[in-house]
Amino acid sequence: MTGSILFEAIVFLAGAIICVSIAKRLGLSSVIGYLLAGVLIGPYVFGFIGTEGEDIMHFAEFGVVVMLFLIGLEIEPKNFWNMRKTIVGMGGIQVGGTMLLSYILFTVLGFEWKVGLVISMAVALSSTAIAMQTIKEKGLMETTFGSSSFSILLFQDIIVIFMLGFIPLLSNTDASASAENVSDHTNLLDGLPLGLQTLSIILSVVVIIVAGRYLIVPMLRKVAKTGVRELLIAAAFLIVFGISLLMEFVGLSPALGAFLGGVVLSNSEFKHELESTLEPFKNLMLGLFFMAVGASINFIVIANSPLEIGGILVAIIILKGIVLYITGHIFKLKLDQKLLLTCSLAQIGEFAFVLLSFAFGLNILEQEQMDMMLVITALSMSLTPIIGIINERFILPRTGTKESLKRPMDHIAKTQKIILVGFGHFGSTIGRFLRSHGVEATILDHDSNRVDFLRKMGFEVYYGDATRLDLLESAGIAEAKIVICATNKISVSKAIGKIIKEKYPHVEFMIRTKNRYDAYELLNLGNENIYRESLETSLTLAKDVLSKMGFRKYTLNRQVQNFIKYDEDSLRRLSQEPKDEKNYIFKAKKELEQQEKFLNEDFKRGIVEYDNHWDSEHIRKVLNKTKKG
Amino acid sequence: MKKILILFSHPKFEKSRANTILVDHVKNKEGVTFHDLYEKYPDFHINVKAEKELLEQHDVIIWHHPFYWYSCPPLMKQWIDMVLEFGWAYGPNTNALESKTCLNVITTGGSKELYCSQGSNSFTVNQFLRPFEQTANLCGMTYFPPFAVMGTHNLDDEDLINHAKQYSDLIDLLQQDYTLGDFNGCAFLNDIPELNNA
Repeated sequence: MTGSILFEAIVFLAGAIICVSIAKRLGLSSVIGYLLAGVLIGPYVFGFIGTEGEDIMHFAEFGVVVMLFLIGLEIEPKNFWNMRKTIVGMGGIQVGGTMLLSYILFTVLGFEWKVGLVISMAVALSSTAIAMQTIKEKGLMETTFGSSSFSILLFQDIIVIFMLGFIPLLSNTDASASAENVSDHTNLLDGLPLGLQTLSIILSVVVIIVAGRYLIVPMLRKVAKTGVRELLIAAAFLIVFGISLLMEFVGLSPALGAFLGGVVLSNSEFKHELESTLEPFKNLMLGLFFMAVGASINFIVIANSPLEIGGILVAIIILKGIVLYITGHIFKLKLDQKLLLTCSLAQIGEFAFVLLSFAFGLNILEQEQMDMMLVITALSMSLTPIIGIINERFILPRTGTKESLKRPMDHIAKTQKIILVGFGHFGSTIGRFLRSHGVEATILDHDSNRVDFLRKMGFEVYYGDATRLDLLESAGIAEAKIVICATNKISVSKAIGKIIKEKYPHVEFMIRTKNRYDAYELLNLGNENIYRESLETSLTLAKDVLSKMGFRKYTLNRQVQNFIKYDEDSLRRLSQEPKDEKNYIFKAKKELEQQEKFLNEDFKRGIVEYDNHWDSEHIRKVLNKTKKG
Repeated sequence: MKKILILFSHPKFEKSRANTILVDHVKNKEGVTFHDLYEKYPDFHINVKAEKELLEQHDVIIWHHPFYWYSCPPLMKQWIDMVLEFGWAYGPNTNALESKTCLNVITTGGSKELYCSQGSNSFTVNQFLRPFEQTANLCGMTYFPPFAVMGTHNLDDEDLINHAKQYSDLIDLLQQDYTLGDFNGCAFLNDIPELNNA
C-alpha cells in the first residue's frame, strides 16, 4: 500500500476509533479493541500496514515508557521502599518458577538448551502494558491484586536488564560478527569493563534522583510561572525523553528509568499536572502499541503449524498461570485476588519481542523459532483480555468473595476521597482540620509559590488550574466523594460546579462564597452547599460585642443559630424571585437595595423568635392570668 | 475556713427573678467561688481538666440550679457526666472528692405542698434528688439535704430577699465547717434551727 505517513496515520486512527468504540459498546476492555484493529489493518486481513508494523512497534513501545513514568508518579519513594519485599519475593518466585517450568517444557519438546533458555526467559516476562492498562481501567490499583501484579511486573523490568546482559554469553559467534545485527542494543558502555559498567549504571540512577530534585522541579516551577500551558507539555516530554536517552546510553530499560523518574517526581507539587498532561498521550501510544502487536501476528506461521503453535500457546499460558497462582498462594492472597493475578499476568510480554530479536541477532535462535515465538507472544497478549472476561464472568461469581465487600475499615479514608481546591487562609484551615481527623484531602492550588511553601510545611499540595477537567480527573474526581471549593472566585466555583453537574453528578460540591450576591448566583445554578465566608465570623463578633455588654452567652449562642437559619432561609427565598437583567453598573446600587430588603424583613418578622423555655416570668404571667380567670 | 464552690446552672438566668436575687447575695462573698456554667460553657464544651482542678481546690460543692422537669438543666448533667470521671471521681482507689461536702440549692415554681404523695407532683423534692444524692455518695462526698426556695411564682421580691439572706447565712455556716449529725431531722437546710433563730 502507499507509504504516505498521512495515509498510515488515518488507517491507525480510524481503526482505533472504530474497533475500540465497538469493544467498549460490547463491554470489553479497550485493549481488545486495539488488538483487533491491529489484526484488521495488518498484512493478513486488509493489508493496509505491511512490515512497517515492526517499526511502529518500536515507536509505540514509548507508550510503555510513558506509562511507567506515570505509574512511578503515583508511587512515592516511601511506598516503593515498603514494597521491596513483595517486589523481590513475588517477582523472584514468578520469574524463577516460570523459567524453570518453561525450560523443562521446551527441553521436552526437543529444543536445544540455549534456545530453550532464551525462550524461557522471554516466557517468564509478562506484559506491563496489557496488565497495567487493564488494572487501571478497572480501578484495581489499590487492591492486593493490583499491587502484587505491579510488584511482579516491576521485578521483571529490572531482571530483563540482566537477561539482556546474559544472552550474549550464550552466543556461539564472536561479538564482532554479530555487531551488525545487534546495533540497536549497543551502547556507550560496551567497551568498558564490567565494574565500570555497573558503576555507571548506579551513577545514572543517582543522576536521575538528583536531577529530579534539583533540576527538574525547579525547571517545572519556572515553566509554571510563565503560565504557558503547552510549555508544560513540552517539559513533561523532555523529562521522559531525557531519562529514556540516558537509560539507553547505559543499557538499562528506558521503562525502568522512566519509572524511577516518576517516583522521584511523585513527591513534587507537579504530580497531578504531569499526570493530566501525559495521560492522553500515553493512552494513545499504548493503543498504537497494541495495534502494532495485533498487526504483527503472522498468520502464515500459524497456518503452517496450527497445532504446534496452539499447543505451545496453551501450555505456556497454563504454566504461567500455575506459577502465578502458587506465587499468590505463598504470599497469602485471597482466592479471588489469586485468580485475578493468575489471569492478568499469564501472557508473554512485550519484552519478549526485544529478547527474541536480540537472541536472533546473536544467532542463538533460528528464524523459524523466532517467528513462532513472536506469534505465540502476540496471541497470548491478545488472549489476556478474553481470559480476564472468562474469569470475571464465570469463575469469580462462583468463588463467593466479592471485591467490594473485602475492603478493610482502614481503607475508608482512602476510598472516601476529598478534593480541596484553593489552599489560601480559608482552604488551609479546612485542610488542617480535616488532617487532624486523619483525612488527607487532595489539594489543588494554582499559585506555585504558595504550593512550594506549603509543601515544605508538610502538606500534600498540587499545582494546577482546578477548572480543567483533566486535572480534576487526575486528582481523582471520579472516585471523589466531596469536592471543596475554598476559593472565593465565583468563576472558579461556577466552572467546577458545571463539570461536576455534567460529568460527576455523584460528587458533593461544597463552596465558599464571598457574599450574598455570589451565593444567589450559585444557588440559581442548582448548588446546595454554599458557605458565605462572612456570615458566621461577623455574627461571632456581634455575639461577643453583646456578651461584653452583658447579654448571656448561652442565649446569644442560640440567637446566632436562629439568625443564621433565618438568613439562609431568606437568602433562598429571595434567590427564587425573578431577577432583572444583570447590569454591573447598577450592581452596587442593587446590593444596597438588597440590604434594605433584608433589614425590612428583619423588622417585619422580628429577627429571632424568643425562646419560651426556662422563662419563669412567662410561666408566672400565664399562671396568674388563669388564677384570675 | 472551708472553701465553697457554687456550680450555678441556669439556661435563662437573665429571666429568673428568684435566682438573680439569690445569686446577688452570695456570689461576691469571701471564700466563695461562683462558677456560672452557662456563661462559661455556652456551647456545652466543658473543660474537664479545669473543672477537676476547681473541685480539688474547694471543700464544699453546691449545685445551684432551678428545679425543672424534676431535675437539673442539661449543662449541669453534662458537667456531671464529663467531670466526674471513673478513675478520678469514683472507682477503685480514688479519693479526689473524698470528705468533701455536697448539696443542691434549688428553686421550684411549684410550692412545697405540691411535692408530696398527695400533691400533683406525687413525690417529695428529696425523692426527686435521689440521683444527685447517690452521685455524691458514690464519689465519697457527704451529701447534705437541699436548700430549696419553693413556690417562686407566688413569692414577691421581699420574700425572695429573705430567702437569699438565709442562703447567705447558710454559706457562712458551711464555711465554719458545719457538721450537723442529723440536721435535727429536717428535710431541708432551710428549716435547721441555726438559720431560724434570728
